[in-house]
Amino acid sequence: MSDVSLKEAYIDKTRRDFLKKAGAGVTTLALASGVTLMAYPEPALARKQEEMVDPSQRWGLLIDVNKCTEDCDACVTACSVENGWKLDGNPAVDAQWIRKLKIKNPRSGHEQTFPVMCQHCAKPPCVDVCPTGASFKRADGIVLVDKHICIGCRYCMMACPYKARSFVHEPLEEQKSHAPRGKGTVESCTLCVHRVDRGDKPACVEKCASDGHGALIFGDLNDDNSEISKRIATYATKQIRADLGLDTGVRYQNL
Amino acid sequence: MAKQRITYSQIGTGTGFYSVLALLGAFIAAGAAAFLYVEHHGHIVTGMTNQIVWGIPHVFAIFLIVAASGALNVASIGSVFNKTAYKPLSRMSGVLAMALLAGGLAVLLLDLGRPDRMIVAITTYNFKSIFAWNIILYSGFMAIVGAYLYVQMAKGLDKYKKPMGIAAFIWRLALTTGTGSIFGWLVARQGYDAAIMAPLFIAMSLSFGMACFILVVKYTGKATERPLGTQMTWRMGRLMGVMAAAVLYFTTVRHLGNLYAAEHADVEQFILFGGNVYSKLFWIGQVLIGGIVPLALVFTPHRGESSSRVTLAALLIILGGFAQLYVIIVGGQAFPLIMFPGMEVSSSFQDGVVGTYVPSLPEFALGLGGVAIAMLITVFATMTFKLLPKDISDAALDPHLAAKAK
Ligand code: SF4
Ligand code: SF4
Repeated sequence: MSDVSLKEAYIDKTRRDFLKKAGAGVTTLALASGVTLMAYPEPALARKQEEMVDPSQRWGLLIDVNKCTEDCDACVTACSVENGWKLDGNPAVDAQWIRKLKIKNPRSGHEQTFPVMCQHCAKPPCVDVCPTGASFKRADGIVLVDKHICIGCRYCMMACPYKARSFVHEPLEEQKSHAPRGKGTVESCTLCVHRVDRGDKPACVEKCASDGHGALIFGDLNDDNSEISKRIATYATKQIRADLGLDTGVRYQNL
Repeated sequence: MAKQRITYSQIGTGTGFYSVLALLGAFIAAGAAAFLYVEHHGHIVTGMTNQIVWGIPHVFAIFLIVAASGALNVASIGSVFNKTAYKPLSRMSGVLAMALLAGGLAVLLLDLGRPDRMIVAITTYNFKSIFAWNIILYSGFMAIVGAYLYVQMAKGLDKYKKPMGIAAFIWRLALTTGTGSIFGWLVARQGYDAAIMAPLFIAMSLSFGMACFILVVKYTGKATERPLGTQMTWRMGRLMGVMAAAVLYFTTVRHLGNLYAAEHADVEQFILFGGNVYSKLFWIGQVLIGGIVPLALVFTPHRGESSSRVTLAALLIILGGFAQLYVIIVGGQAFPLIMFPGMEVSSSFQDGVVGTYVPSLPEFALGLGGVAIAMLITVFATMTFKLLPKDISDAALDPHLAAKAK
């Protein structure tokens, strides 16, 4: 089944379920303006997946800044293709789940570039402030937005120290079934949760490696034998704004 | 002295009255149209972006919510602090408080990315979220002020007036603390992260709320031929002045504190001395128009025959209040997040760049629609219930006031 028809099948199912439940007395209010208010009693897709999550794991990324080259944006493109968002020439409102950042030391002139995405904080401020609980952290450390209960208040965007989140400002087309998005909701890097759950690596990590840079390492921070843990144990690594004490799942080497 | 009986009455209807309703209706219709327009096209048609995520609607919403709790001032002074002259006005104060809150919440909810999920917002709580707590605080405020109004208007419930008044008083302090904390708890934002936000918001609420109350009661009195006593207006005006002075005081403390904290120094420079729209709004809008001028208006000697200076001061305080909230809300976001202190940062996502925000017409329409909703509720309530005494002259409110005027 193609992505689109999968999506439709899913929407159809939610709709059927909803109607069933509506019949059984779920709150549905029709306002004079024609706006329908409805409660979504159904646990959303993301929540169902949560049941399969192994809480002993903590997924993370290690980004070796020295291996990241300035003119490369393979990780950004890979993410955009994988998850169906794109830059549309309006950087103020277009979604960007991952972006290349350039920093320059004004004294030495030394420059570095590297990707920044949701840092998958262990103590995520976005989750703390979200009024509905749409922002949530899976047991394995991946921070996600449940698009079915996000009301689009953008408080999480105010709270995130890394500007990791985007608000969907326009109606969308051509969505990917594994990465549901919706106008009026907030989104950010999912660490390619759909791939991770089937045992693959995030798209950015795979592409960076196949392009020969290998600047991104994905793995389980809780497993002492994983490559990422070994590297973090051996080399000096950093968290962006470590002073906030959020214990990010994304770490940087040579930054 | 025998206790005077106060008789309350609904406000009547007349042509002037219908033109007010028509005007408010037009603003509400414009707000509704703006809502449907944004709902259809997405927030792309507003000036808000991924950097300035809260804009004009939030300025209006937060103004109204903050003013709501302050509008309850008069009722609290009457019942909690036992000031006789204020008691006859306390019903109006309660109604205005509820109306302002309703208007503010309407704007807040209609600006959501998914306004169709309002029920989710009210039924699914994340108890760690200060935002969710605010929703509880708002609903509670409505219930408590509603009950407070009821015991005031129903017969034979006099003994509950005081406890209900105290409950409403405490609740509204919590409400404003909660609203201030929405910003105070944002550790990531250099502009907001300060505990001083809570007392600042309380002072703002007292001052803005009093300003709204004075204007509404004065106008209603005028329109229904029961003019508000001049001495009473001055008394409320000076009280408003004290609150406005408190706002200036907390503002000074906040900015001085921030200037000395290395982490906040950059954003302070930007807001206070950046030569941008925010620094202009701060110095001219908030400090001069919304602070110094109204203080001068209410605290310089007057001969007491007219209270139009108080009216002007109230108007200026409201304008200054909008300027202040704009600087806090939009200015705080426009300044780029500091992820790498001391480094120059750039990206395709406007990192390290001061965010630009050009508010759009629908945003203003939505915000003004909220104000109109608040006013319309007030008008309907004063039509339906006996809220305002038939006589609100100085002599009727408090014989001492009238004596003073002579
Ligand atoms: S980086 Fe931002 S969006 Fe991601 S978990 Fe941390 S606070 Fe939330
Ligand atoms: S925008 Fe959505 S995810 Fe973010 S805080 Fe609001 S409800 Fe939660």
